[in-house]
Amino acid sequence: MTEAQEQTPLVRIRDLKIEGRADETWMPIINGVDLDLHRGEVLGLIGESGAGKSTLGLAAMGYTRDGVRISGGSVEFDGIDLLSASAATKRALLGKRIAYVAQSAAASFNPAHRLIDQHVEAPVQHGVMSRSDSVEDGIELYRRLRLPNPEEIGFRYPHQVSGGQLQRAMTAMAMSCRPDLIIFDEPTTALDVTTQIEVLAAIRDIVDQFGTAAIYITHDLAVVAQMADRIKVLLRGDEVEEAETREMLDHPREDYTKSLWAVREFRRPQKPDAAPGAVPVIEVDKVTAAYGDTTVLRDVSFKIHEGRTVAVVGESGSGKSTAARCITGLLPPARGKVLLDGEELPPDYRKRSKMQLRQVQMIYQMADTALNPRKSIAEIIGRPVEFYMGLRGREKRRRVDELLDQIELPGDEFRHRLPSELSGGQKQRVGIARALAAEPRFIICDEVTSALDQLVAEGILKLLARLQDELHLSYMFITHDLATVRSIADWVVVMKEGRVVEQGPKDEMFRPPHHAYTDLLLSSVPEMDPDWLTNLLAERGVDNIGDAAADKMQ
Amino acid sequence: MTWWMWILAALAALLAGGWLFRFVAQKITGNRPYFRDMPFAVAFGYVLAASALALAVWYYFQPVMTEAGTPDAGVTFFRWALHGFVIFALAAWLFRLAGRHVGTGGSRKLFRDMSLTAAFGVLVILLYAFTAIFAAWLAPYGQEAVFDQVNALPGGDAANGGNPDHLLGTDQIGRDLLSRLIYGAQNTVGIAFATTCIAFLLGGSLGFLAATLQGWFDNILSRAVDVLMAIPSLIFALLLMTIASAWAGSQQWLLTVYMVFIIAVIDSTRVFRLARAVGMNIVVMDYIEAAKLRGEGLGYLIFREILPNATAPLLAEFGLRFCFVFLTIAALSFLGVGIQPPLADWGTMVRDLAQFINFAAFSPLTAALPIMAAGAIALLTVAVNFVVDWMLQRSSGLKE
Repeated sequence: MTEAQEQTPLVRIRDLKIEGRADETWMPIINGVDLDLHRGEVLGLIGESGAGKSTLGLAAMGYTRDGVRISGGSVEFDGIDLLSASAATKRALLGKRIAYVAQSAAASFNPAHRLIDQHVEAPVQHGVMSRSDSVEDGIELYRRLRLPNPEEIGFRYPHQVSGGQLQRAMTAMAMSCRPDLIIFDEPTTALDVTTQIEVLAAIRDIVDQFGTAAIYITHDLAVVAQMADRIKVLLRGDEVEEAETREMLDHPREDYTKSLWAVREFRRPQKPDAAPGAVPVIEVDKVTAAYGDTTVLRDVSFKIHEGRTVAVVGESGSGKSTAARCITGLLPPARGKVLLDGEELPPDYRKRSKMQLRQVQMIYQMADTALNPRKSIAEIIGRPVEFYMGLRGREKRRRVDELLDQIELPGDEFRHRLPSELSGGQKQRVGIARALAAEPRFIICDEVTSALDQLVAEGILKLLARLQDELHLSYMFITHDLATVRSIADWVVVMKEGRVVEQGPKDEMFRPPHHAYTDLLLSSVPEMDPDWLTNLLAERGVDNIGDAAADKMQ
Repeated sequence: MTWWMWILAALAALLAGGWLFRFVAQKITGNRPYFRDMPFAVAFGYVLAASALALAVWYYFQPVMTEAGTPDAGVTFFRWALHGFVIFALAAWLFRLAGRHVGTGGSRKLFRDMSLTAAFGVLVILLYAFTAIFAAWLAPYGQEAVFDQVNALPGGDAANGGNPDHLLGTDQIGRDLLSRLIYGAQNTVGIAFATTCIAFLLGGSLGFLAATLQGWFDNILSRAVDVLMAIPSLIFALLLMTIASAWAGSQQWLLTVYMVFIIAVIDSTRVFRLARAVGMNIVVMDYIEAAKLRGEGLGYLIFREILPNATAPLLAEFGLRFCFVFLTIAALSFLGVGIQPPLADWGTMVRDLAQFINFAAFSPLTAALPIMAAGAIALLTVAVNFVVDWMLQRSSGLKE
């Protein structure tokens, strides 16, 4: 490679402007962003949802989604102008020299074909290698990405492989032609922490080994800190700042970047334990529950006292949400009972009285599906007011305004809007108001912040904390995000495969020693330190992190 | 050369033309991205469409009279069809233009994102509705009035066997055809509309109920529907109509009522399936769970939570179902078991006038009579489908 080649960047984006079509007009998505990416370099793109990260990542491939157009600027890949290149030129580049790893591997693999058949498609189509060579190479890549049984995993169908393994298989597929550039679009966002850490380690390793340049898109700062050499922060289509990773973490220049950094610092002091002998608001007593023949909860017991927050943590499939379904009565437990204020609740919600139903409310993860899209905000919040309190007409309207006030949304502006006219955070607030409208004593919060951006999520957590203090509510907080636990919980329950492996006050749970699984969960949460992953790997070895370690514990 | 060699030669010419078209366009425009990245199939499509258009124009300008002095029915009908097409397209365009400038803000916005086909559909449906509602004022005579002159030819020209009092002529027992065509809108469309409404009431509510309750209720209903759907619907309808005509005896109007219910029940099976499928998708939403946990009753769940979210697909299905019901009624009437005389009905008119089609070679105007009733059916079907397409596109948020 000559000197000159080394200095020209692999990807060169200048003053890129992108517009999207919405409601008969073109709205700007990206307003003039520059980007340089050298060979072998990893650039992290971060920002809230709607910042234009994915759009920019796709534009680096010379591609736009339907209804989106590039209205100005230039995109050059290795000296080739991608915006004016012919379809044939682009076809020869994409897949061969530029590859893309999508957020949801499960949705991106064709479920009708084996992994290896999809893996070999690009090399064979582009004439990089023959089919049999490519199969062998695929197995080698699977081995390097530390997939279990690399010899035979490629011959399975996507549904026979777990999410984290699929994400790694997709990375292997992107690597199949040894591209110069890979674009990772939130590859670990949908994964559990223990799975995420394995995928991160694998991706970082393989990008290093082949000297591939990469654009890593994510909204998780701690993740990007592990992966990227440089970080670029985007806000609503504008570049906020760009710097080397360490420089960016230690000395953020712009206020917006600083606010992103500060989000993780919201802490609420742990409340003192409830008085001995106090009757808990909700008591789950040795509950065992099953879907059909599959037992998903085994002897689960915990108590939730007035004004306290109990965080239930664990990976997906650990039974957190099932415990909530038992409390609400959607899934009557096979054995054991649920007590409200010391009185046993009927197991099936249909047998519960209106008063009992009122006391237990729920806030959902996906505010999109939790609010009826055809009803106005006032109708959504007003229904429980009318249903439980029997208020009508002017009194009902006053109560709805009061509730809107409590969730910090001005009533005049929001009363008649539909859910689709709200942002994600505002929708979640309406979900909270609907729960509050029933004037409950106990609210189940099912991953309420995991679909939200960090800044918005923090606002929701603060709101929930304030409401708890004002109304003496008890919360059951289901989450897999330990940062959330640290900021809001009083008591932590750790679940694994339907059992409670450990529980205790928050301050104790975040201090060793504790159960090996709790330890694993805690240590798998990425930290803002760019050396965190390296240190952890050095300390524990690749086989002792994430799912590999969890599997050994059985 | 045999006919298939002609076809092969034409195909080869078209393929070559497509390649040539793309090549020339690339050269002329200096490799504009649109032509540079144009797939061959698209270029072929352009050439095929251009050839078809040229053929149509050539055919349009053929003489109406053959050399032997007889009218050329093919050219005549093609000209009429083309005139009709142009007139309707113009009317639809003007209608949309008017809609964009008159009316409230909401209706103007509606017209702005309306395609021309949708505007055509809306216009035709409005015209039909107008005709059906005001049939008694629009029609020159009553649908049952019998006149002295039977089989008067259309055109109103006495020299050609017509009658200026009866523009479209009279049928074999002397009833004015124009009046019957207008009254047919009232009977056929009105009965079809009522039937579709009953089918939706029945199928929709049972489908939502099955989706909400699930379990054995859903199972029994779904299997019952499967059994009903296993029998070919037209044959099933004919079978039931035969039984019904025995029950109705001499009460002809009773037979029509029976027919409405028979078709409604048969068609409600399709509605049931759709409502159940749509309902199933809505029932799993968290807001339904929230409503259940609130302790809401079944009625609230179905009518306040599920129904508002299912209106778009149901409305689209309503349009399609309406067409099918309409065609079924026309078919039954054509077979003689549908709408009973003296009520005017398009299906019956097609049957009664069918033999006039044989006169096409001598008098295209006479042959057009059965086509007019059939065309009335076809036009409404096409119009409704255009509107349904448009509504589907709006509800699914598809963009071109």
